[in-house]
Amino acid sequence: MNVVVIGASSAMAQEAARCFAATGASFLLVGRDAQKLADVAEDLKARGAKDVRVATADLADVGRAGIVLGAIRGAFDKVDVALVAHGSLGVQQEAEKSYAVAEEILRVNFLSYVALLTELANLFEAQRSGVIAAISSVAGDRGRQSNYVYGAAKAGLTAFLAGMRNRLVKCGVHVVTIKPGFVATPMTAHLPQGPLFVSAAKAGSCIHQAILKKRDVAYVPFFWMFIMMVIKSIPEMVFKKLKL
Amino acid sequence: MISLSSQRHLSWGRVQRPSHRVVRPSWRDDLATLFRAGFDQKVLPYGLGRSYGDSCLNDGGLLIDTGGLDRLISFDRENGIVRCEAGTSIGRLLEVIVPAGFFIPVTPGTKFVTIGGAVANDVHGKNHHGAGTIGRYVRRFELWRTDGGGPRECSRTENPELFAATIGGLGLTGLLSWVELELERIPSAMIDEEVIKFGSLDEFFALEKESAAQFPFTVAWVDCLGTGEKFGRGVFFRGRWAAEGKKTVHKAPKISLPMELPGLALSTPIMKIFNETFYRRHVEKRRVHTVHYEPFFYPLDAVSGWNLAYGKRGFFQVQFVLPVGGEAGFTEILKLIADSGRGSFLAVLKRFGDLASPGMMSFPMPGINLALDFANNGGAPAFLAELDRRIAAHGGRVYPAKDGVMTPATFQCSFPRWREFAAHVDPSFSSDFWRRVTADGSGA
Repeated sequence: MNVVVIGASSAMAQEAARCFAATGASFLLVGRDAQKLADVAEDLKARGAKDVRVATADLADVGRAGIVLGAIRGAFDKVDVALVAHGSLGVQQEAEKSYAVAEEILRVNFLSYVALLTELANLFEAQRSGVIAAISSVAGDRGRQSNYVYGAAKAGLTAFLAGMRNRLVKCGVHVVTIKPGFVATPMTAHLPQGPLFVSAAKAGSCIHQAILKKRDVAYVPFFWMFIMMVIKSIPEMVFKKLKL
Repeated sequence: MISLSSQRHLSWGRVQRPSHRVVRPSWRDDLATLFRAGFDQKVLPYGLGRSYGDSCLNDGGLLIDTGGLDRLISFDRENGIVRCEAGTSIGRLLEVIVPAGFFIPVTPGTKFVTIGGAVANDVHGKNHHGAGTIGRYVRRFELWRTDGGGPRECSRTENPELFAATIGGLGLTGLLSWVELELERIPSAMIDEEVIKFGSLDEFFALEKESAAQFPFTVAWVDCLGTGEKFGRGVFFRGRWAAEGKKTVHKAPKISLPMELPGLALSTPIMKIFNETFYRRHVEKRRVHTVHYEPFFYPLDAVSGWNLAYGKRGFFQVQFVLPVGGEAGFTEILKLIADSGRGSFLAVLKRFGDLASPGMMSFPMPGINLALDFANNGGAPAFLAELDRRIAAHGGRVYPAKDGVMTPATFQCSFPRWREFAAHVDPSFSSDFWRRVTADGSGA
């Protein structure tokens, strides 16, 4: 199985990749930092990966998607799974003060995904098989004052993925929208860790399963589906007064 | 790299409530940044916080949480040699090595410890009588220190003094970034186990003698609340790897305690009922069956966060070993515990073998070893101090990984190489434990 992981040094992506490595997959890891990619590559090889290649690219740079695609074509004749997992939460309070910060959050978490997914969609459409999975978030299900810029980026991504899934289903390509809830990763370490937090390992295995089982939308873990059902059903006139 | 202040980094006994600044490196590269910048407060590595007392705490200082360093670096499936980052837990290592036909050569009673922590405490297990401690299987490791010169690789031949000081060195000699271990080859993931009831300590000593040569794994549970006729009764477990069977990995814990239970939950009457039930549950005198390694090695891992059962005030664990020939002293101490009614249900009895560890500060020595919990209620500290005196009087030794009460005198006389060790302690590293047992001014 040929697996491309974009944003391969993210904690959740590493854990999902470990699950694929245990079954002897071949990898192309894409990320910004060569040393980190080398560490991840060693880990995956020790866990049973058949072959691991790496390619460095600044994923926040929307102009680089073509380079990433070139690396993928160079590595594999056919890709079975592509997981897009890079991102950064950003700081909501600063995004409220400055459009430049807000734009950065949108670029990293939405536009760069659009750039990469556009290339991936065409690649997969041509090979007429495979699974594309991308990390969106429960934050995209409803805008909240605590992180609505990030939430807006992920809402955009969720809609984009739904449309792509609709477009690609007829040629045998499957698209998975991954919506993690609270996952204990370096990205969330500064938040108080409540009982809803799960480990990156747990999230990674949920992502692995969602890809294998070709889920359309996968909440990670599944109980977030129920939480978000409730959150989404609250009338706006009540919701706007909540502290969320 | 993450930096935060934390009240969440506790020890497993949850008696002390320290306040720490915590850094959590995610990559080995982060260590260079961290050590280049230097430290303006005392530092201690922190793994999964499974030490019971204060050896993993550094109140008012800095902890380096190694949980983000959990990658494998290499795994030689031919020869069974693995090199992994020091924050890798035994459980996560098993996920990789068990399907390949290997096991960790020595395992403590929980798989939720890091490899770094296992080395720093030179952990032992049910196979101590034939295999010794984990330190014997450490080939090399990399150690970061604040005295300059970058990271140092240590082995029996390279920086041998630091190698010896770090095995069982309680994280005080520097930060382990990776460890290379020699693994044990296993035919299956299953254990052929025999469970035998015993009615007295004498019966235990006889069983133990008979089993040591034939069974790589032995351990006993003793009813530490049993007095009179019930004194010294227990259940003996012995086993060996089953010759045939699948190499399946353990599952995640099924039950999790979400919060502290009220203090009453583990009160003496309830413990007595538990112990009675546990003893009687083993109906036959001797039972033979095949079990997965998970319930055999890690019965308590089934309930994640079981330490919360001891409530808000937490608990102490005492683990000590009395030297060979100390049977009479052992009986005396167990009587003291049984008569006090303070012991808890988790009392584990095991005879240590005579295989020496390379570790300078290794806890095990040949003799009888007992570990048990004490709820932190009113008289507990005073009782434990008395216990500490008796153990010392019989020439015994207390396990630092569990200890919360040992006096400097007990520590210094039971770990005779401690001064030699102190010379290898990193000048910027310290712990609550280390400050306590060297508090008479004799230490670093």
